Amino acid sequence: MRELKILAVVVFFTAALYWGVEPYAHSVLHPHVEDAEYEFKDVDGLKGTKGDATKGAELVAANCTACHSIEKAGFPAIMDNASAGASYGVVPPDLSSAGHLYDANFLAAFIKDPAKATKTTHKYEGGATHPMPGYAWMQPQEVADMVAYLQSIAPKQMSNKEVFVDACQRCHSIKYGDFYGGTMAAKTPDENIKTYMGVIPPDLSQYIRSRGASYLHTFINDPQKHLEGTAMPRVGLTKASEDQVIAYMTEVGDSKKPEREALAGPFLGYLVIFAIFAWLWKAKIWREVH
Amino acid sequence: MALIKESFFSIDGLEKRLAGKKFWKVMMTEYWIPKDINFLWAMGVVLATTFALLIVSGIFLMMYYKPDTALAFDSVNYTIMQEVAYGWLFRHMHGVAASVIFLIIYIHMFTGIYYGSYKKGREMIWISGMLLFMTFSAAGFSGYMLPWGQMSYWAAAVITNLFAGGSLEAWGLVEWIRGGFAVNDATLTRFFMLHVFLLPLVIIKIIVIHFYTLRIPHVNNQDSDDIDYDAEAEKYLAGNKKEAKVIPFWPVFLSKDFAVLGIFLIFYFYLVFFNYNFAMDPVNFDPANAMVTPAHIYPEWYFLWSYETLRGPFFDMFGMKAGDIGLIIFGLAQVIFLVFPFLDKDPDVLPAHKRPRFFIWFWIMIVDLLVLSVYGKLPPTGANAWVGFYATAVFLLLWISLPFITKADAKSRGAL
Repeated sequence: MRELKILAVVVFFTAALYWGVEPYAHSVLHPHVEDAEYEFKDVDGLKGTKGDATKGAELVAANCTACHSIEKAGFPAIMDNASAGASYGVVPPDLSSAGHLYDANFLAAFIKDPAKATKTTHKYEGGATHPMPGYAWMQPQEVADMVAYLQSIAPKQMSNKEVFVDACQRCHSIKYGDFYGGTMAAKTPDENIKTYMGVIPPDLSQYIRSRGASYLHTFINDPQKHLEGTAMPRVGLTKASEDQVIAYMTEVGDSKKPEREALAGPFLGYLVIFAIFAWLWKAKIWREVH
Repeated sequence: MALIKESFFSIDGLEKRLAGKKFWKVMMTEYWIPKDINFLWAMGVVLATTFALLIVSGIFLMMYYKPDTALAFDSVNYTIMQEVAYGWLFRHMHGVAASVIFLIIYIHMFTGIYYGSYKKGREMIWISGMLLFMTFSAAGFSGYMLPWGQMSYWAAAVITNLFAGGSLEAWGLVEWIRGGFAVNDATLTRFFMLHVFLLPLVIIKIIVIHFYTLRIPHVNNQDSDDIDYDAEAEKYLAGNKKEAKVIPFWPVFLSKDFAVLGIFLIFYFYLVFFNYNFAMDPVNFDPANAMVTPAHIYPEWYFLWSYETLRGPFFDMFGMKAGDIGLIIFGLAQVIFLVFPFLDKDPDVLPAHKRPRFFIWFWIMIVDLLVLSVYGKLPPTGANAWVGFYATAVFLLLWISLPFITKADAKSRGAL
């Protein structure tokens, strides 16, 4: 009984210390932000306008393909990444999968005013402009048609890695994704991306460990929530695409997670058995002396 | 030396040469421990086991770790964590054990303080134990630098910079410690040497000394009863086991230790598998970058209380700069526990609940260290700074009052 009381005291102070320096301190150091919002209600989106993909095809060919490749529709990239990065500041995305990756309302709002949709207007004060010009001069129907077209050519299913490559890799490296081959380096050369973003965007190899899944979700969904003034744009990923990005970051940055989780049961099970036998042995030995 | 005629290749011959049975008797079956103990007395063996886990996991980590600022981060986070079979397990075990060992050290320490196991014959146990605490602290700090993450770098920068505080600056101490003007490759390689060679060597040596210092004064017991070990041992050996106040180290004492160890290992491996961020700070999974200061720099939890005494005095007082006062209190905090036996003026050895004033002192100290630890992690702004200030003041006052309250306890008992 006395031992249990002592144990209760030890556990109480250990728990109080743990609570103070971990959950409590971290709640102060990293104030809570609102949950991710995947409907992008704040953007100037489609507002219910239905688009016509056939008309959209013409509009996209006429307005977008001067800068953007669309491999899937027969518009190959006209420059390599180094030249494209040097020309535009950042390698423009191939639009083949845009209709799958990004929320339709966000995509419409982005086409109309990229800086506003991505919440990066603070970067373009004093004369600088977003590398992509806005198309707010178009009719809302025309924007809807282009979105419909991009959705019509987009694949219905993509692997986690493909989503990461199309959504993140133009700016971010994730070198642990191909440590020896180096294929997971950012597509835009460092010197160009540094000029464009102000800093070289971080390598994301260990972000699943350094930031954790929950932070990554709210951050990717709206970077300004956690880091006000950051150069990172809100990219408008759908919830499904964002889940895939984080799944890929987990596969790369915490590749032994399945092994860790599988090993825990047998390991702790063995120790429970050890503890039971140890207590039984102790009881047997101490019966002789008490 | 008597000539030994029995063959070297016989049990008997070996026994004649090494006296293994005698040795086993002296170290194990006739090494007497008081019977009146509780599970807190198992912390020594728990510590020894945790240290063994650190050594074994450390050996595996060292096979793949590269002490070079260009390679260290990836050797830990890619090679060890993702490529090497079960490398992640050894790293998690090492990181979590390094943190948990301090929890057990603190429990072990305050058990000693509570039951008065540091005085009147047991001073050397206490002093060697505190030297272990200091060398473990140095090992923890040097090891934390090795993954070369953001916290590794910035903790190293902040802590080595303490040696540039006040008039120390003029001596060039900080440059001498770092091997350069900033934390750099030379800093990493020397701390690597300390962590994997010199400090473990010193720790093992002090552990042996710590065990040795226990032997003559014997382990204390729950009532701090003064036991006649020869008489009690005789009772035990005569078969009067139930009446004897002592038990042999093996198998009786160790059987209890193993039982406690079983529970501890479940707790420890639960942390290894499921809750390791407290010991492996997420911020340290960002590679070291001298150009980007993390938003919050804080030491590992076990250094927080003394770190807070450094930050506690945040304004100039008594004609001294805040930073200098902090540095003095911080320096004091590192060594003050060492002289505990000499600040306690009570001539009797008694558990705290039989020393009314000391009992209160003890729990205020525990709560104060808890407050210092929590506020050592929080940003020192606004009300937090004042909590840190008062908690530091309480810490100092507790030490100043210790000789007086222990004397007062003794007087009211009639012992002085």
